[in-house]
Amino acid sequence: MLEPLLFELSDPGQYNDYLPALDVPEAKLDMPARAALPLPEVDEHTLVRHYTRLSHKNFSIDTEFYPLGSCTMKYNPKINEVVASMPGFALAHPLQDESTVQGWLEVLYEAQRILAEVAGLDAATVQPLAGAQGEFCGLLMIRAYHESRGEGKARTRIVVPDSAHGTNPASAARCGFTVTQVASDEHGCVDMAHMREAMGPDVAAVMITNPNTLGVFEKDIEKLTALAHEHGALVYMDGANMNAILGQVKPGDTGVDVMHFNVHKTFSTPHGGGGPGAGPVAVRKILEPFLPTPYVVKQGDRFTFDYDRPQSVGALHGYWGNSGIVLRALTYILRHGSSGLQEISENAVLAANYILARLRGVYATANENICKHECVLSASELRAKYGVSAWDIAKRLPDYGFHAPTVYFPTIVKESLMIEPTETETKVTLDAFCDAMLKIAEEAASDPDLLHHAPHTMPVGRLDEANAARCLNLCWAAPENDSSCQNGTPHDAHREVPQASTY
Amino acid sequence: MTYTALTEHDKAEMLRTIGVASIDDLFADIPAALRQHAKLDIGAPLSELEVRRKMNSLAARNVNFDQAASFLGAGMYDHYIPAVVPAIASRGEFATAYTPYQAETSQGTLQVIYEFQTLLCQLTGMEMANASLYDGATALAEALFMAMAVTKRSRFLVPRAVSPFYRRVVNTYMQGLPVAIEEIPFADGITDAEQLTSRLSKDVAAVVVQQPNFFGCLEDVQAIGEAAHAQGALLISVFNPVSLGLLPPPGSYEADIAVAEGQSLGIAAQFGGPGVGLFCCRKKFARFAPGRLVGTTTDEQGREGFTLTLQTREQHIRREKATSNICTNQALCALMASIYLSAMGPQGLKNCAEQSYHKAHYAAKAVAKSKGYELAFKAPFFHEFAVRVPSSVAEVNQRLLEKSIIGGYDLGRDYPELENVMLLCCTEKRTREEIDLLANAL
Amino acid sequence: MNVPADLKYSSSDEWIRVEGDVATIGITDYAQHELGEVVYVELPEVGATVSPDVSFGVVESVKAVSELLSPVAGEVIAVNTPVSDEPAIINDAPYTDGWMIRVKLSDTNLPSDLMDAAAYTAYRADGGH
Repeated sequence: MLEPLLFELSDPGQYNDYLPALDVPEAKLDMPARAALPLPEVDEHTLVRHYTRLSHKNFSIDTEFYPLGSCTMKYNPKINEVVASMPGFALAHPLQDESTVQGWLEVLYEAQRILAEVAGLDAATVQPLAGAQGEFCGLLMIRAYHESRGEGKARTRIVVPDSAHGTNPASAARCGFTVTQVASDEHGCVDMAHMREAMGPDVAAVMITNPNTLGVFEKDIEKLTALAHEHGALVYMDGANMNAILGQVKPGDTGVDVMHFNVHKTFSTPHGGGGPGAGPVAVRKILEPFLPTPYVVKQGDRFTFDYDRPQSVGALHGYWGNSGIVLRALTYILRHGSSGLQEISENAVLAANYILARLRGVYATANENICKHECVLSASELRAKYGVSAWDIAKRLPDYGFHAPTVYFPTIVKESLMIEPTETETKVTLDAFCDAMLKIAEEAASDPDLLHHAPHTMPVGRLDEANAARCLNLCWAAPENDSSCQNGTPHDAHREVPQASTY
Repeated sequence: MTYTALTEHDKAEMLRTIGVASIDDLFADIPAALRQHAKLDIGAPLSELEVRRKMNSLAARNVNFDQAASFLGAGMYDHYIPAVVPAIASRGEFATAYTPYQAETSQGTLQVIYEFQTLLCQLTGMEMANASLYDGATALAEALFMAMAVTKRSRFLVPRAVSPFYRRVVNTYMQGLPVAIEEIPFADGITDAEQLTSRLSKDVAAVVVQQPNFFGCLEDVQAIGEAAHAQGALLISVFNPVSLGLLPPPGSYEADIAVAEGQSLGIAAQFGGPGVGLFCCRKKFARFAPGRLVGTTTDEQGREGFTLTLQTREQHIRREKATSNICTNQALCALMASIYLSAMGPQGLKNCAEQSYHKAHYAAKAVAKSKGYELAFKAPFFHEFAVRVPSSVAEVNQRLLEKSIIGGYDLGRDYPELENVMLLCCTEKRTREEIDLLANAL
Repeated sequence: MNVPADLKYSSSDEWIRVEGDVATIGITDYAQHELGEVVYVELPEVGATVSPDVSFGVVESVKAVSELLSPVAGEVIAVNTPVSDEPAIINDAPYTDGWMIRVKLSDTNLPSDLMDAAAYTAYRADGGH
């Protein structure tokens, strides 16, 4: 049944009183006051039921296996939340005197230090708010570096493989760079010949993802970074896939100059239905002067913000970043220590290869031999034989109790299904998922229509996204004021969704 | 085996299925020299009990709002957070879900975001809102990008009375781009209207106004908006969400884009983040909007449902031509803000805003009575006010701390002409007793 | 795939019909099918100039965006505004009601790389090579 909207639950006159009576004299209101405030009026008990029922309409890591490739949906340990809600952390103001927030400054300082070590680089900032902002921050630093060498005007181009996440070119554009895409081979690895052609004296940086979006370690990574450096360009690494290589290889050792972490992926901070996250950035020594302001430093046994950074690219957040998220990530890292981080990548890679081995043959695979933390399958054979697409398979999985993998990304594999199991799933769960995938492949042959119209057990079936875009309704209006478009777009929700849709 | 879930027996079986001898073989594609170097040096694992102890001792080194009465604001506020907010927002079904790309398995999150968008429209009087951005400062930067796309102009007038924290982030985002950002001075705590009008011309993309401004003072938003619109420029309002329980909303003074930090809507301060960037605008700008949008539609059987929409604006489809590079929003914080707004309701939010107003005015009067202290500006204010103090702000704050009071923000850090001026804030949480204690301690 | 014989085609899947010094331009049946349900069209204003290789607008489905390229240079003399209001027309009738712009040609000699129906059919059958 459809859960009513908050606004439909509004019952005029309901009021939750959380505040005591005013204990000071009223002051004269020397301004025009607001006329009406049309917020809903709902009693707390009804509210709790409303939100709780809504929560039941979600798949989440706490309730289901969520093998969304490239998103690292691992278990989010509860201790992280306990630490973040300690009053000393939760109830501190960012502008308090530094002497009253030494604990917080130490947290940020330690996170900077440890993340630099994991990256195999020299310094790190924890200010960027998400992976995309980390990319933006890294590219700003790269530009500042070239400017400091008198080459800022000359280096205007960023080279990005076509298998990269969409944020890479979008972040480059935000900085005012132009973007050159280079082709990848069938394993998602950068085509070195194309890369050589794309290089030139106007290239500011090469952006790579390693392991790449096909879950393959870039075999030519050292040649690639050397090539970029020969041309005076720097190398940016998208660290979205760090879960595969924690403690196995340090990106800095591969020649990478700057990278971001997605702590909501690699370091288990909750995805929150789309955020908040954090995207710390680690850099080589040459880029340190350009790190965002302020930067936490240690003077004797005292921690302090360093604002005196004349070459800094500036501030990326109103205060110091998503400190509360960085705190959760640090808690997680300390729980693991050096050996524990290495175990993460070992188990994540083992789980992905196990799924690959169990499904290979029934599904075509883009991974030749072994993969890293995720594997990429293709439904192209099922599509050719039975007309069943990756989309249909993704829509059927929820009926078996599993969230879909990422589909149609990376775009270089036709009908792709990108599966990332993570290290926190038991073999029992992995087997149940593989069994479901095999069952679905059987269904594709025996009853393709069952898949075309899946899912069958969710609160809603496939939604008409074209109608959502044509008749844009982003905000509820009381029935008497509702002017949203009513044109009867013929319903066609199971129509094939074209390529380049990503999860 | 901290949170990894495979037993030794499982691993052996899985390796057999894969057809390799050891886990090491699965990393054979990484050059050996690189792997030999990879050993981390971050210490041994800590048990949960040890981590808890360590973090407890770090937390104890911070003075927090439970221990000291805070009169610090400057963009981040100590409002009361009803228990229902964290109780619901900490549910794993919300906190551990991902971006709702698969609509069928994410109707909970999608409906929450649709309700959030609607609540913001109701609060601000604006026509549409997105699913949220990182924070108030980055939301302002995104507003400038949108104004450029809409007007095809690239000059901005940004008053100095707009938060210096926000202006810093805007400068970061605009560096290297062909954009002019001109600062407008203030006089007696509010934006100098004459200066603003004289700088306005047909090449201005937008005028920014913060209401209440960084000093807590109330701007003549109506007049500023009219002046901007007369030149075809947009009006970008930076608002304080709690203040809208009392003050006319951005929609009422014809703001074209309205942005804010939403932290004061039920989100703990957490040393500055995560909060949530609120972003509202005219509906005709929808295709220029950054970030996620949730809309309504129907499924094959005609059942109503929610889905992400206008995704072609976004980076995962449009890549370097996207309206923004933003990928995430702050959905969990948006959920907190939604629960807060719906739990407080119209009466509750009004009460919260009014109490903050009355307490700040009571405090301003009490503080101005102390010898050597005077209000820096005469302009009307909401719940923050600037006070000229007889010594350095740091010295005054140190004295207050001894009385378990977190003092105000030192405006001299950002405004050389406001040396020894402190910005004090009162939310509804400050009691008469605490305010009297503050006045006496000065 | 519907490919009317009386039109010319570009390699980026626009069709063009030339009558005197006026050309009508739209996207092909193949293009609308690849895009899926069209939800948005952005077209230039009357009086704008168009030229090959510079996009004159965009057409969007739910999950894909495509730039519109004019195969010829000239001035826009008419814009099919109904498709902006009801983009589904482009799916339903790409060659008739779904036309996009009319252009007054600056040169009536058409570019040599335009294909006839047979060549375009072969081009698409070959996967766009």
